Amino acid sequence: MVLDSGDTAWILAATALVMLMTPGVGFFYGGMVRRKNVISMIALSFIAFALVSIQWVLFGYSLSFGPDISGLIGGLGLAGLIGVGQDPSGTSTIPALAFMMYQLVFATVTLAILTSVFAERVKISAFLVFGLLWTTLVYDPLAHWVWGGGWLAGLGALDFAGGTVVHISAGFSALAIALVIGKRRGFGVHTMEPANIPMALLGAALLWFGWFGFNAGSALAANGLAANAFVVTNTAAAAGALAWMAASWYHGRPASLGVVSGAVAGLVAITPAAGYVTPLAAIIIGAVAGIFCYMMMLLRIQKGLDESLDAWSIHGMGGVWGALAVGIFASATVNSYTGLLSGNVAQFTAQIVAVVVSVGYAFVVSYVLARVVDATIGLRVTENEEYVGLDISQHGERTQG
Amino acid sequence: MKMIQAIIRPEKLDDVKHALEEKGYIALTVIDVKGRGEQKGITLQYRGKKVEVDLLPKVKIEVVMKDDEVESAIATIRASARTGKIGDGKIFVLPVEMMARVRTDEVWT
Repeated sequence: MVLDSGDTAWILAATALVMLMTPGVGFFYGGMVRRKNVISMIALSFIAFALVSIQWVLFGYSLSFGPDISGLIGGLGLAGLIGVGQDPSGTSTIPALAFMMYQLVFATVTLAILTSVFAERVKISAFLVFGLLWTTLVYDPLAHWVWGGGWLAGLGALDFAGGTVVHISAGFSALAIALVIGKRRGFGVHTMEPANIPMALLGAALLWFGWFGFNAGSALAANGLAANAFVVTNTAAAAGALAWMAASWYHGRPASLGVVSGAVAGLVAITPAAGYVTPLAAIIIGAVAGIFCYMMMLLRIQKGLDESLDAWSIHGMGGVWGALAVGIFASATVNSYTGLLSGNVAQFTAQIVAVVVSVGYAFVVSYVLARVVDATIGLRVTENEEYVGLDISQHGERTQG
Repeated sequence: MKMIQAIIRPEKLDDVKHALEEKGYIALTVIDVKGRGEQKGITLQYRGKKVEVDLLPKVKIEVVMKDDEVESAIATIRASARTGKIGDGKIFVLPVEMMARVRTDEVWT
């Protein structure tokens, strides 16, 4: 099709918005770890961004969006971005390069979300190896199945902006890795006080801001659907923030970290639904996400599981809820799809299949990868390095002189 | 009465606190300090530029106790703060003339 300058301008801007989410995750997580690991936590997100940027250009984009091989994976036809040009391809109205770059920032933020489970104990060399394997063997196939013409999209499952590919995959991978890497030393015994809550709040602000590019950009056009996605994204985030705040108030005080965690939960849940549901449905989706993810976090803590910064309870379980919510609330007034509330049971069933498949695939492959990396180069730093903190032991730096 | 001043690795604070608590020493004061002993310090690098850090962050714990409790308290701190490497810290024992509670007019000597 013909290149549309309005669409192109919006996607270029949206790409930059989504880029900001990767360091946003870094600041969000960095503020929540102990003082001796703040630099390490932020650095992991920057490293994830750089690592996946190169992998995506060399072969990641091709594995996800290259010529389809039996619905399972993309071929290497677009490796090195050979043939990815300035003109639109297929039915797109934006340059193929712009589409590639927009997808790149999704791949990077997904690995950044996963760093939750590595907090305060991962060896930097092991993270590089694991991150490269994970984005290649977990993210790229899932992206192909859902967006690249693979088999999952063929079943009719809807995922507007990446509820399965980004959030379920990162969340459940984090859960699997937590079982391999083990708890931080002193987890559940010593208090582990967040180093800098204002910084975590700033990180969450960057996430909320960037998410407009994430969801509204996923319309891949500057049109009414993008506007709908923009509105429901903000609505769900706000509902999630208030719901988590209320739920945690019931148990104690309405902590600021709870408010922003609820916002992130709402953003996660609306992600797969942003192009299919109305603003009123977004209030329900966001509010349920806020309370549900809060309960999942309490469950994780009660089970003594050190999935340290809650990628599983917020992104994983929020993503599951969001994927199911599409099958419930999808409305013909927004897009050409309907859900359970309009009597379309088939859509809901397709969503369940997509959830089960992505949860199962991400969990199993991540578990195996973590075991392999742990057995070969070892995922964790030594006990001493962990005591001193990763800022000094892994990076030779500290927050303050 | 004696005051124990223990200068230890910051990363061992939780362990020491916990060990002292099990022996019944709940009340203590903790101060972030910097210092050096026989340890020469470490080298950090910022953007590839080396920076010698010869005053290292330590934590000082102050606990006041009866004279006959000092020995066991020292053993407790040693057991929980020791790594066996240079930089584990020092323990000083000082005489305390008097202790007075602020909330009431109680005084101990």
